Amino acid sequence: MIDPNLFQLVCFYAFGAVAVLSALAVISLRNSVHAVLALVLTFFSTACIWMLAEAEFLAIALIVVYVGAVMVLFLFVVMMLDIDQEKIREGFVKFLPVGVVVAVVMLVEMLALIGVRAMHAQTLGANPAGDSNTAWLGKALYTQYLLPFEIAALILTVGVIAAVALTLRERRGVKRQQPSEQVAINPRDRVRLVKMAAERPDDAEPAALPAQEAKP
Amino acid sequence: MLDQLLHQVGLPILYILCIVLPLVIAVAMFVYWERKVIGWMHVRMGPNKIGPLGLLQAFADVVKLLLKEVILPTKANRALYYLAPLLALIPALAAWAVIPFSAKMVLSNANAGLLYLLAMTSLGVYGIILAGWASNSRYALLGAMRSAAQVISYELAMGLCLVCVLVLAGSLNLTDIVNAQAGGKGIFSWFMWPLLPALVIYFISGVAETNRSPFDMAEGESEIVAGFHVEYSGSAFALFFLAEYANMILVSFLAPILFMGGWLSPFPESWGLIGQGGFPWLFAKAFAFAFLFLWFRATFPRYRYDQIMRLGWKVFIPIAIVWVLVAGCMKYYGIAGV
Repeated sequence: MIDPNLFQLVCFYAFGAVAVLSALAVISLRNSVHAVLALVLTFFSTACIWMLAEAEFLAIALIVVYVGAVMVLFLFVVMMLDIDQEKIREGFVKFLPVGVVVAVVMLVEMLALIGVRAMHAQTLGANPAGDSNTAWLGKALYTQYLLPFEIAALILTVGVIAAVALTLRERRGVKRQQPSEQVAINPRDRVRLVKMAAERPDDAEPAALPAQEAKP
Repeated sequence: MLDQLLHQVGLPILYILCIVLPLVIAVAMFVYWERKVIGWMHVRMGPNKIGPLGLLQAFADVVKLLLKEVILPTKANRALYYLAPLLALIPALAAWAVIPFSAKMVLSNANAGLLYLLAMTSLGVYGIILAGWASNSRYALLGAMRSAAQVISYELAMGLCLVCVLVLAGSLNLTDIVNAQAGGKGIFSWFMWPLLPALVIYFISGVAETNRSPFDMAEGESEIVAGFHVEYSGSAFALFFLAEYANMILVSFLAPILFMGGWLSPFPESWGLIGQGGFPWLFAKAFAFAFLFLWFRATFPRYRYDQIMRLGWKVFIPIAIVWVLVAGCMKYYGIAGV
């Protein structure tokens, strides 16, 4: 028999390995489009790991927001840019020591944090009343954490408005269409329909031919 | 061990085949139906030479496509060029996993079904973008750009319409959403009445998402030949074709499931056989929506790029946002919803 727990563990390590390898590929691949795709794969395998932890809402939200929207825009931009790979990689060896130090410090901090959390770990209660994970999250966000949630929403809105305001410029001499005016137009002002018979009756005079020059 | 294999691997694969094979045949018949309907609307015959009434035309086309050579353009990115059609097709088929055909007929009764659908439809755009980029062609790249911008814009309006539905239904599970429309008032319990603007916006966004006429700028024949798949031939092109039509049929199934009571019958239960719900009702409703796709194509001229963006951002999204509020109020005051 295949033990479900063992299978889950195998899946976890498989997804984890894919996530780590693709994250490495993001910084090591030469082609920037390939690198963006590797980043997509990283997000996707992370979502799979969250799914294993039964955080289905977060997992799918990660795919919808990051893979479905953010990375598409990213890919969009990277495809349009003509990036000189060699120039970007010039300082790689020079900055390597600094990068390694930052990475090690981050790793230590993370491990310390995990250690602290593990000491105060409390096992999560059973799912109350069979509510789905999504309903649970929604209730927590809109009751207990309503204020932080609204503030986050406000900050994001301000960010969007700021970005639009920075790039918005009034260009002169551009011909613009006014859709409201176009819709409000009366077709009779533009086109005149004339009723006429589709065919000439047989006994009618033949249409006057264009006057021919008299041939000598 | 054998028993476990049968129940955890064998049966799911059988169920998946039970959905995918009819879907592929439905796509073939839908292509035939499209050519026939558009033919009639243009006062032509449509395909009528192969098989009785031309019914085998679609299968002849499949054989033709599969026997053709797949050509790799010079300096194309080989791996991504071959990967792109698969990336377009996989989400289009995977989305069908959560579609409930009747009260019990569903492959995966996932709790976050609606979100899963949103995720799958948003993944489909990768196939299009990569196809455009990997084929090393100007026209293909232009088509991919247009398509990506369009899909992202209309996904927002579509998502807001789905929010209206889930506010009224109080669930992300598609089976629960249909059951929420089974109130005692028959056809008037369907969400299409309180959410009529959302239904209209949802379906038009669905047409835009699948890059169908009149939103088919991504493959605008008169400007960029065929857009992102201009360099594809043979079976690789067939995969794009299959993905596009599978997505169209998916949108045609989702509109009735979300807004028109899915498999529920429009008649009261006391009417005997036609009062009973069941998959024939869902199929009939989906057929009506699928017909709309063809009707649009034969009727409307293609939108221009700026007109598409205006419609999406300045018309649909504001209306959808307001309707989310309206749906919330209706739910709060008990006018609609469960």
